[in-house]
Amino acid sequence: MTPGIEHFLTVGALLFCLGLAISLSKRNAIGVLMGVELMLNAVNLTLITFSRFAASPNPVSGHTFVVFILTVAAAEAAVALALAVAVYRNRETIDVDRLNLLRS
Amino acid sequence: MEGFGPSLAFWVLSALTLIAAGGVMVSRNLLHAVLFLILTFVGVAGFFVLLSADFIAMAQVIIYVGAIAVLVLFAILLTPRSGRDNGETRWALPGILLAVCLAAIFLFVVHDTAWDTVGDAPAGLDARALGTALLTTWVVPFEIASVLLTAALVGAIMLTRSPEEEAEDALV
Repeated sequence: MTPGIEHFLTVGALLFCLGLAISLSKRNAIGVLMGVELMLNAVNLTLITFSRFAASPNPVSGHTFVVFILTVAAAEAAVALALAVAVYRNRETIDVDRLNLLRS
Repeated sequence: MEGFGPSLAFWVLSALTLIAAGGVMVSRNLLHAVLFLILTFVGVAGFFVLLSADFIAMAQVIIYVGAIAVLVLFAILLTPRSGRDNGETRWALPGILLAVCLAAIFLFVVHDTAWDTVGDAPAGLDARALGTALLTTWVVPFEIASVLLTAALVGAIMLTRSPEEEAEDALV
């Protein structure tokens, strides 16, 4: 069976929902971050799929979007991991269930 | 996308990617989860090659596998062994239910829409076209992205400085 646009979009959708489930259900802050990275990857896959299959006068636009998403993902990972290390240093935990300082 | 090779590549890659993503979900040790995450990134890079996005695939391998995965590994190794548990939070079930409902909606939309597609890969998807687009049409976002990267670098260094280092700087 030749893979068409539906197949690639299905993989992208499943990958996104797995990332969402991971980021909503993990207790460790680094686990949550891994879910976010998976979701960004799924969105990249979907953009590249549309760029390849859609009848568009300017098909490279999807690729430029992916380049910017890659940049923002790198910046986000660096800042989020620095935050995790800083929070660990102050609170001795990165368990998101126990980071409830704002709760009165 | 005709022939036996692309079909085989698609099915092998989708099995690899989705099983590895499931491994991130179910593995108990955070280090194993990161290794599964790297496998997922490699699978997505293979999809990019299959979709004739060669440059993006290379950038994916360099940035995700080479930089982000190593960064996550470093963050895990910088926190002690007790912080390597990959268990679920108390609110896991609503989150997983939400993800399943969202997956159902996505699959319905994907399979119910009559997509207007082209058969062969359109011309102008190579690295030359991407570079031209980035430095002509999208040059302002491109420059803003470089400023964003610098700001993120400085912010990450500021956040991870220890109190002793800050005290030393205050004396100078």
